Amino acid sequence: MRMQQLIPFLLAPWLLTAAHANPYETTLQNGLRIIVKEDRRAPTAVQMVWYRIGSMDEVDGASGVAHVLEHMMFKGTPSVGPGEFNKRVAAAGGRDNAFTSRDYTAYFQQVPKEKLEDMIQLEADRMRHLNVDAKEFTQEIKVVMEERRMRTDDNPQAKLFEQMNAVAFQAHPYRRPIIGWMNDLETMTAADAKAWYDTWYVPNNAYVVITGDVDHKEIFALAEKYYGPLEGHALPRSKPQIEPAQHGTRRISVKAPAELPVLIMGYKAPILRDADRDSEPYALEMLSAILDGHDAARFNKKLVREDQVALSVGIDYDPTARGPGMLYLHGSPSEGKTVADLEAALRDEIARVQKEGVSEPELKRAKAQLLASQVYKLDSMFGQAMEIGQTESAGIPYQKIDRMLEKLQKVSAAEVQAVARKYFTDDTLTVGVLDPQPLDGKPRRPGVATRH
Amino acid sequence: MKNLLTAAFALLVAQTALAGVKIEHWVSPSGARVYFVESRVLPMLDVQVDFAAGSMFDPEGKPGVAALTRSGLDLGAGKRNETEIAEQLADIGANLGGGADTDRASIALRTLSARDKREPALDILRNVLHAPRFENDIFEREKARTIAGLKEAMTRPESIGGKAFWAAMYPGHPYGRQATPESIASLTRDDLASFHARYYNAANASITLVGDISRKDAEKIAEGIAAGLPKGEAATLPAAPEAPAGRTVKLPHPATQAHVYIGLPAVERGNPDYFPLLVGNYTLGGGGFVSRLMKEVRDKRGFAYSVYSYFAPMRQSGPFQIGLQTKRSQAGEAIKVARDVLDGFLKEGPSDEELLAAKANLTGSFPLRLDSNKKLLDNAAAIGFFGLPLDYLDQYQAKIEAVTVDQIKAAFSRYVRPADLITVTVAAD
Repeated sequence: MRMQQLIPFLLAPWLLTAAHANPYETTLQNGLRIIVKEDRRAPTAVQMVWYRIGSMDEVDGASGVAHVLEHMMFKGTPSVGPGEFNKRVAAAGGRDNAFTSRDYTAYFQQVPKEKLEDMIQLEADRMRHLNVDAKEFTQEIKVVMEERRMRTDDNPQAKLFEQMNAVAFQAHPYRRPIIGWMNDLETMTAADAKAWYDTWYVPNNAYVVITGDVDHKEIFALAEKYYGPLEGHALPRSKPQIEPAQHGTRRISVKAPAELPVLIMGYKAPILRDADRDSEPYALEMLSAILDGHDAARFNKKLVREDQVALSVGIDYDPTARGPGMLYLHGSPSEGKTVADLEAALRDEIARVQKEGVSEPELKRAKAQLLASQVYKLDSMFGQAMEIGQTESAGIPYQKIDRMLEKLQKVSAAEVQAVARKYFTDDTLTVGVLDPQPLDGKPRRPGVATRH
Repeated sequence: MKNLLTAAFALLVAQTALAGVKIEHWVSPSGARVYFVESRVLPMLDVQVDFAAGSMFDPEGKPGVAALTRSGLDLGAGKRNETEIAEQLADIGANLGGGADTDRASIALRTLSARDKREPALDILRNVLHAPRFENDIFEREKARTIAGLKEAMTRPESIGGKAFWAAMYPGHPYGRQATPESIASLTRDDLASFHARYYNAANASITLVGDISRKDAEKIAEGIAAGLPKGEAATLPAAPEAPAGRTVKLPHPATQAHVYIGLPAVERGNPDYFPLLVGNYTLGGGGFVSRLMKEVRDKRGFAYSVYSYFAPMRQSGPFQIGLQTKRSQAGEAIKVARDVLDGFLKEGPSDEELLAAKANLTGSFPLRLDSNKKLLDNAAAIGFFGLPLDYLDQYQAKIEAVTVDQIKAAFSRYVRPADLITVTVAAD
């Protein structure tokens, strides 16, 4: 195997520079952290501002407010009129947008490097001085409802996922969709959005990540100049909302216009809390790579190619998050097969790992891919800023990113088998099935078996 | 003719791009056009091979051949079966990507550049290009998956609308032809093998390399790829698409939102009118949040999450398109607003202020188009495949700066004729 030859890449001088002298960090008096990763490949820069606030911090009846506020952040301040933010970014030759997740809300601009100061000034201005104008809100909430129709209501897979999550989590706020329930959007007011902003948009609840052809000392000085004067305040203490233990499989089916049935099997799974001490999330990540990391990985090879029970099949597992974790198996059965056939086939594959474990060549292959992807990741400045921002959002310091990679390289076959045995259990399983409906409302296929 | 071409390309060889990006160009001994950007910052190499072998070259009555040929390349080749190809790539951390669109079939390899990684990776790339097996069992499996995918797509408003829009824009031209479950079902593996033999040849190929290798290595790699390809000639293009008469198509669907497409065939790659159209369209609907369509349809009325317009230049006249999705009960109103914005723009063109803003963004954002190997690869490959001037990137900003309001109005009136616009609405009330 080629592991020995790959490892020197990780230890190559250029990568050591990237990993250790860089990124640079400082914290302003108001609590705002500034993380700068110098990357001089091209004369451009990325600024991302991350707020440690997402849909999981919302309460029932006000779902979606984190995302609605994200939209409102482009609607102006006393010194920058509505729509003006986008205009200034565009004039700078830049691109900008924002995204809201369960765990965070983030804003970014990609610009030629000489325009970065303008971007810092703009972001600093809207960190504390947003106008939440009632008239603007009335228009924008309609846009968000159209977004919900487009992304979820008219998207069968997204609808299935939304409903399934609402069943898998009963107490934890992860049960609510990020975009919000339609009725909550219909009753939301400008005052709700303003209250959200006033409570959470403070420097001590944010961090700034800047990547690109920049000098960190100059960035620190600019940050001090623009973000420095902003005042923070104490954040409300949030109550822990711990998901009660699940005892037994939950099943749900969703009808929607579609041709193909879809199966999702979601297992409660551990999350990385301590990058040094934890081990199970790394083993689960490795297991995911062995089952679904490349075209000849187990799932695709056995279920799509050899047995042809699935048209497509995959795994999603993200070990970094603020809330509880889930590992999802998903796929669509081939013509002539049912979701029950696919579920049985997936269960057989899991049982095989539980009984026989995984082979050394499979483990090495997954690790080789991970190492190479570390090099490829450096091709994108945006991707590097995202990695830092997301790791931090889950409460893991970005300095641990290298440590996490090391720990992944050390996962053993025995550890992979152990997590497969421990976490693929029916007691914590939620099964979601998309029951496809004909477009004209008339039955087309024999009913899809959703229960046994 | 061949000598003339070679001479013409030889002239280009000496030219190199400025603006920080040096694209080297030559023709390999076997006759493939080669484009190379040396980039030593990261220890990796990207190789993309493009063929004029997109769906526009599907044989009469056999739509779907181009796409299945491309996707069948790496499902068994030479002595390797599909599993061996995937496993061996994974073992060295390499990826094979690409796909087929209307014009182009592409295969793209990303590998670490160290010799002991890149050589085996390139060996697999050569293998899948030179000797794909197109095994019958695998072909039947992939046919079934393709048919299922097509059936699924035909339940989605965006696919239904997109297919109807292209069919209406390009009647009688290959761009308007669509694969159907029936057309896919009738294909045989021999259709793929003969498509490969006809189109995957050196004269029909452009090879783009970006990354951590020398010019000498690039020459060797490119010729290694070109030399083993089937012998043959470059593809011949069909007659240019004719402008269809404007019409409105309404299709049923139970979705909560109507999906709307408005447009017509407009401009091909390399057409000098593209620059006035590009700059003008920024103001109309290309400038993201700052465009007129976005202001009127989204910001002022809250009608849509997304509304846009663009010119998509292709090998032959690619479309001008306006698109939006809105609650189905207000689709008529939203279409009216979009048409009014377009009519206003056709009459007035951009204001001086809008023109300046468009130029500021399009020229200012230029460095962002080139700040990774992936983007360099995309740009160099497009320049190579579409035969754009080698100094296209150097000229880009100056060409944009030179555009005037009158040029924009003239170009729009030539290509965007309101009476000829096709409107497709899915889930219309």
